[in-house]
Amino acid sequence: MSAQDNAEVGAALPKTPRDYLPLLLPAALALAALPFIPSSSTWVTLTIAGLAMGMMIFIMASGLTLIFGLMDVLNFGHGAFIAIGAYMATLVLVPLAGWMQADSVWLNLAAVVPAVILAMGATALLGLGFERIVIMPVYGQHLKQILITMGGMIVAEQILYAFFGPQQIPLPLPTTLRGSFLIGEAAVEKYRVVAVSVGLVVFVTMLLILNRTKIGLLIRAGVENTEMVEALGYRITRLFVGVFMAGSALAGLGGVMWGLYREQVNAAMGAELMVLVFIVVIIGGLGSVTGCFIGALLVALATNYAGFLVPKLALITDIALMVAVLLWRPRGLYPVTSR
Amino acid sequence: MSELLTLSGVETHIGRYHILHGVELGVAEGQTTMLLGRNGAGKTTTLRTIMGLWRASRGEIRLGGERIEALSTPDIARAGIGYVPETMAVFSDLTVRENLVLAAREGAMDPTRLDWIFGFFPPLKKFWLSRAGTLSGGQKQMLSFARSLIEPRRLLLIDEPTKGLAPAIIGALIDCLQEVKRRGATILLVEQNFRVAQEIGDMVGVMDNGRVVHTGTMAELAADQALQHRLLGLSLDTHQ
Repeated sequence: MSAQDNAEVGAALPKTPRDYLPLLLPAALALAALPFIPSSSTWVTLTIAGLAMGMMIFIMASGLTLIFGLMDVLNFGHGAFIAIGAYMATLVLVPLAGWMQADSVWLNLAAVVPAVILAMGATALLGLGFERIVIMPVYGQHLKQILITMGGMIVAEQILYAFFGPQQIPLPLPTTLRGSFLIGEAAVEKYRVVAVSVGLVVFVTMLLILNRTKIGLLIRAGVENTEMVEALGYRITRLFVGVFMAGSALAGLGGVMWGLYREQVNAAMGAELMVLVFIVVIIGGLGSVTGCFIGALLVALATNYAGFLVPKLALITDIALMVAVLLWRPRGLYPVTSR
Repeated sequence: MSELLTLSGVETHIGRYHILHGVELGVAEGQTTMLLGRNGAGKTTTLRTIMGLWRASRGEIRLGGERIEALSTPDIARAGIGYVPETMAVFSDLTVRENLVLAAREGAMDPTRLDWIFGFFPPLKKFWLSRAGTLSGGQKQMLSFARSLIEPRRLLLIDEPTKGLAPAIIGALIDCLQEVKRRGATILLVEQNFRVAQEIGDMVGVMDNGRVVHTGTMAELAADQALQHRLLGLSLDTHQ
C-alpha cells in the first residue's frame, strides 16, 4: 500500500485522542515555582539548569526503560555503563587536555567527539557481553536478575578502582563550553544549553526510530508482547541484543555528559545515579521513552527548585514526586507494558 | 488429500505439568480442520506447541513433510504458518495500520489484499490510524484475523476466534473464514462454539486429557448426537 493510499484511507478517520496531560507537567511545575522564586532571572537559571540535568538523566534512563520494557530485565547494572562511559572518556580527554583547554571549537570537538565515540562504542560492546554472559541465563527470573546485575555493577565498580585508582579523575569542560550566556539578567551556562540540545536530539531521534521505522515498530510491539512478535516471524532475540547495546551506549553517553557536568568522574557515580534513573523510569511508566523524558524533566526541575527554596526538602523531592505521580497514575505517566 | 501438517506422538510439558500426552493429528491441505474438546483438553497447548511457543518434549511435528518441532517460533512462522491466538494479542500501542505493517513480513502490504480484508472487516478501514488498544473486543479480533491474512500463509492456526464476541461479529468472521477456505487455505481452528465449527469445518479432531480421541469429518460428528454427547458432553440441540 502506498503512502498516498494510506493517507487516503486515513484521511477521513477519527484519530485516537492523545493523552497530553503528562506533557504539560514540566511546564506546569516550572510555572508553579515562579511565584516562589525571588527574581525571574534566578527562575530562568534554575529552570535551564533543571532542564539540562533532566536531559542528562533522560539519556541515562532511556536505555534502561527500553531494556526493561522490551526484555523484562531489571538491570541494576545499568549504572556500571554510566561510570564506564565516563571513564572511557577520560582515556581520551585527559591525554588531550591541551586540546580541551585550547580556545578553539574545532580542537575542543576533536577531543570530545572521539571521547564520546569511544565511550559509546565501549559501553555498547560491554553491553553485548553483559547481555550474553550475565543476563541471558536469568531471563524471566527477576530476583536473580536483581542479584546478578547488582553484582555486575559492584564488580565493574571495583574493576574501575583497580584500573584507575580510588581517586576522582578531573574532567574539565572544554574551553568553548565554559562560561555563560546572558539572557536578560539571567546567566545560563553554555554547557547546560549543550546538554539540553543533546538531550532533545536523543529524544527526537528515539521517537523517530520508534515511530517511523520498522525496527521501531518491532521494539514497541516487543515491549508489549514478545511472543506475538516472534509468532509473526521476527527474531526478537537479535532485537534484544541490539536494544541492550543501544541502551548501554546511551548510558555511556550519559556518563560522559554527567562527568563533564560535574567536571570529575569516580567509580561510584553509576551506583549513585541509579536511584535517580530508576525513579525516572518508574515515574515515566515502564517501557515508555516519552514517559521517561517527562519523568526526567520533572525530577530534575523539582530537585532544582526545592534545592533553591528549601534545601533540606531536596533530599526527598524525588521520592515525593514519585509517590505523587504513582498515586495519580499507578502505572506511571505513559505505561507501555503491564509488567 | 495430502496432509500439510502432521503431529505424531506430540507431548508437551509446561513446567512440571504434563499437558499433551502423545497427540496424533493430521491437517489435510486445503481443508479446515476443527479442533474441539472441553476446557483444559489441550487444544490451545496443541496450537502453541505447533508454533513453538511451548516446546514439544517428545514427538514429531511436520509441515509439508519437514520437521518443525525443533525450529524457533520465528522460523516456524516463516515456514508459512499464521497464528491467531485466543488472546488476539494485537499490539495495543500500535495503530491498526502499524499492526498490519508488522504482519506483512515480506514487505509492503498488497493493496488488493488489503481491500479484500476491508471488505470483511470495514471497521479496520474506519479505525486505520487509531491505536489498536482503543478498539472493541470484536474489532481487535478482526485485526488479529487481518494480521494472519495480510499475506498468504500455508497454514492458519486460529484459537477460539468467536469467544465472547457479538453474533454480528461472529457472522463477519465466519464469512471471512468461508472466503479464505474458498481460496484454498488450510486451517486448523480451535472452537468451542459447535454451530460455528459445524458451519466451517471439513474435518474434526476431538481432544480430551491431552490426546486426540476422535478424528473424522465434521459432517459425521454433526450428524451423530450420541457421539457429540460422548466426546464433548453436548448435543447440537442443547447447544444453540
